[in-house]
Amino acid sequence: MDTATKEEPAFTGSVSKPHQGKPAASAVPVVSYRDVKKSYGDLEVLHGIDLDIAAGEKVALIGPSGSGKTTLGRMLMTLEEPTSGVIEVEGEPLWQMERNGKLVRANEHHLHRMRSKIGMVFQHFNLFPHMKVLRNVTEAPRKVLGLDKEEAHDRAVEMLRKVGLEDKLDVYPSKLSGGQKQRVAIARALVMRPKIMVFDEVTSALDPELVGEVLAVIKEIAEEGEMAMMLITHEMDFARDVADRVIFGADGRIVESGPPQELFGQPKSDRLKSFLSRFV
Amino acid sequence: MVSKWLEWLPLMWEGLLITLQVTFLSAIVALIIAGAAGLCRISRLKWLRGLSYTYMLLFRGISLLVLLFWVYFVLPFLGIELSKMAAAVLAIGLNYGAFGAEIVRSSILAVPKGQWEAAQALNFTSAQRMIRVVFPQALIRMLPPMNNLMIELLKATSLIYFITLTDLTYQAMILRSLYLPQTAQIFGLLLILYFIIASVISLLARLLERKLTAGRM
Ligand SMILES: Nc1ncnc2c1ncn2[C@@H]1O[C@H](COP(=O)(O)OP(=O)(O)O)[C@@H](O)[C@H]1O
Ligand SMILES: [Mg+2]
Repeated sequence: MDTATKEEPAFTGSVSKPHQGKPAASAVPVVSYRDVKKSYGDLEVLHGIDLDIAAGEKVALIGPSGSGKTTLGRMLMTLEEPTSGVIEVEGEPLWQMERNGKLVRANEHHLHRMRSKIGMVFQHFNLFPHMKVLRNVTEAPRKVLGLDKEEAHDRAVEMLRKVGLEDKLDVYPSKLSGGQKQRVAIARALVMRPKIMVFDEVTSALDPELVGEVLAVIKEIAEEGEMAMMLITHEMDFARDVADRVIFGADGRIVESGPPQELFGQPKSDRLKSFLSRFV
Repeated sequence: MVSKWLEWLPLMWEGLLITLQVTFLSAIVALIIAGAAGLCRISRLKWLRGLSYTYMLLFRGISLLVLLFWVYFVLPFLGIELSKMAAAVLAIGLNYGAFGAEIVRSSILAVPKGQWEAAQALNFTSAQRMIRVVFPQALIRMLPPMNNLMIELLKATSLIYFITLTDLTYQAMILRSLYLPQTAQIFGLLLILYFIIASVISLLARLLERKLTAGRM
């Protein structure tokens, strides 16, 4: 990937990550959480999250299980509604819409429009078992984006080639390995060309020997640049390698955040130190 | 002996046609009602859920024979006069539709939540999520219990004898009065014919299942 072809402001960090693009300070973040809280019943699991993700930025979200990482991603994918606070996508509230000058709860029409900018890859793939691989990837472009058959086909094949599965177009998901399934799921989400994509522990359900192939695919996509990523992961080497910024969360709060070298090199909080000590 | 069998055949054939007709038509009515009521049962609209809940509760609790009598003997007093065939199809369809609705409902709910979520993440509308993603998977789950239900329905059609529709059972009763000493043979033949129809229903269900799951598992 050639940085010169991209019109990005010069970035100041290490040169080892050519995809890294720090946005100009004035640019609208692709995603912005503002004092977002989430409760399940009486239990508050997120206690006021503030987080901006710049266009094209790759943010890794790490932290102990139960800390609220999945919930944070699911609220962005509109699968879970925040209890309070605002999530903005490209400057527009996701869960609220304007009516007669007031912000009211979003209706399905608003959510549908906003969702076109967001994609998600799940831990358990969630491929459609009754569709062959190709149709898993063409169905949404055809029915949601309204592309014609050839166009959807071409786009899908391009994505499946990118994830290395152009020879599996005509098989059902049940015939694939876990790693292949997850790569199809990635292609299926990518083909919709979202502005930001949530990857929620996409390798946690895989046999160890299949983790590498999936991470390699994600890394390659990350290097292409334009799409922002929220990478929820327990793979620390991967986070260090791919992320522009790492966020460490615990108990429903963001505890520490910064460039990977800093966060992994000089962790400040005791929480993070003890969390990282489990990975060495 | 063989000549006796030949004498029975025309009557049994007539009865068979009626039984097949009632089974086929009321199965279609039952499946349509089951689909509609099952979907309403999980609708976002409270009044639709309530309506379908009431229907299912009511018609699962009513004896089919009593329902048949109501539709055929009582409705005329309310100004609704149905032919015997229409009354039979309506009563059986309403009764079995109520059981089928529960199969539809539970099969849809059995499709993993992740399927709905993946479809939503791809920005399918809620109707598309159901039609393109969830229902096709639920359909496969529905087939075995629906097969059982349709066999139950077939066997229940013998009740239409009581509103004097000349089905298989009716014709067997006629034959019995004509050939009293051969009662066992006549009812034996009746048994076999129902068994054959039931087997054909199962076969069709299994073929459909195989077609829907071909290459997939
Ligand atoms: N649907 C739910 N109902 C109740 N509690 C939930 C639900 N989803 C998540 N939680 C709780 O919210 C907290 C955060 O969960 P989660 O976002 O999955 O954390 P992580 O992804 O970091 O492991 C956990 O305590 C979990 O038990
Ligand atoms: Mg999680």
